[in-house]
Amino acid sequence: MVTSLYLFFLLAMLVATASYSTPGDLWKTLNSPEIRYSIGLSLATCTTTALLSLLVAVPIGYLLSRANFRGKELVDSLIDIPIVLPPMVMGLCLLIFFQSPLGRFLEQGITFTYTVAGVVLAQFVIGSAFAIRTMRGTFDHLSARPEEVAMTLGCTRGQAVWLVTLPAARRGMFAAASVAWARSLGEFGPILVFAGATRMKTEVLPTTVWLELSVGNLEASVAVSILMVLMALVVLVAIRLAGERV
Amino acid sequence: MIRLENIAWSAGQFKLENLSLTVPKNCYAVLMGKTGSGKTSLVEILCGLRLLTAGKVWIGEDDVTYALPGERGIGYVPQDGALFPTMTVREQLAFAPRLQKRPLKEIEALVKRLADELGIAGLLDRLPQKLSGGERQRVALGRALAAKPKVLLLDEPLSALDEEMRDEVAQLLKRVRREHGLTALHITHSKQEALQLADVVFRLENGQVSETTLDSLN
Repeated sequence: MVTSLYLFFLLAMLVATASYSTPGDLWKTLNSPEIRYSIGLSLATCTTTALLSLLVAVPIGYLLSRANFRGKELVDSLIDIPIVLPPMVMGLCLLIFFQSPLGRFLEQGITFTYTVAGVVLAQFVIGSAFAIRTMRGTFDHLSARPEEVAMTLGCTRGQAVWLVTLPAARRGMFAAASVAWARSLGEFGPILVFAGATRMKTEVLPTTVWLELSVGNLEASVAVSILMVLMALVVLVAIRLAGERV
Repeated sequence: MIRLENIAWSAGQFKLENLSLTVPKNCYAVLMGKTGSGKTSLVEILCGLRLLTAGKVWIGEDDVTYALPGERGIGYVPQDGALFPTMTVREQLAFAPRLQKRPLKEIEALVKRLADELGIAGLLDRLPQKLSGGERQRVALGRALAAKPKVLLLDEPLSALDEEMRDEVAQLLKRVRREHGLTALHITHSKQEALQLADVVFRLENGQVSETTLDSLN
């Protein structure tokens, strides 16, 4: 009964949102240059973030799952900071960090504040935390024994991970990248604070929804929202098909 | 030959101290002990997967105390086989020879010979999920033998099998050990397995290993 009511409520919201816009409005909105730029930038930054998140999530998830070391609980808790902090606060932290001497030094190489690189960084800070959690869960469910057997057969630890564990973890890696991608797609607060909301520059889909709403263009914000719902559904179905729970 | 000399190892509250054990060359030794007595830890120490705090480990004539697991000349068959989940039987058998960079033709011939010997020739293209318990253990044994080890370390290899299959795999182990001229250490808590397979029986109790007779098991 509770499940039915809950699902009904979720579906009712989505149906109400979908019925607010016509296919014609949707097509017209999605063809505007600003929104096409925003779609392109969202796809590019989310994909970059997903790949970068995977690069850190695999080794950190593996370490947390397999290694025992002093301070492991602390490291485990610190990794959750981006998950529990309000996203807007993460954006503020990024902004302040890049005003510090270390941040300014880093920006001599790549400028992050109010740039596309900043969009990726803001997405990465949060997306990678979710990817690490997913990868840790994946490694927790994989027995370490095959890896150890591989070592007795002549592998180094690195070779055993590469040849035996990572192929077995491929569904988890896909799920981790997908979670980071989906999380990044919906990221708004830190991007607004750290990368700004400049049209045709740092505007991603959630920013578009906000910009269109702020000028009273409800049809356009609904159209973009529907697009985001569809994208999120595709990712969720893909994760389920990969057989991983997140 | 397998020799442990006054080894010490601990994990939390559990300790093995001043433990010694010698399995003569070409001998099939069975190590028995209750659950939690440290049998698996002992095998992992022999494999080089657990670091000792004291003592020495010898495999054949070599002191392998500080050698990496892959440099010890061991063939390890864990309880559930621990097959590589994404590799076919053929790839599992070819795993060690490939790492040893043996010629491709030699690897193919070795895989075929082992598959015929272990009765798994019809399973070469299957993944582990499509194998029965007995087939998995045969593949795990073949994978270990393909590395051309000096000793076989078998950690409860028959415990997950039904009675009929257990008998069949036990006969296979006996035959393979003899034909490959290997020294074997087989961990079990089954008296029946010890009686069926052992040349010599050891018992691990209170962190110490002692030799026991087959008669005392009856």
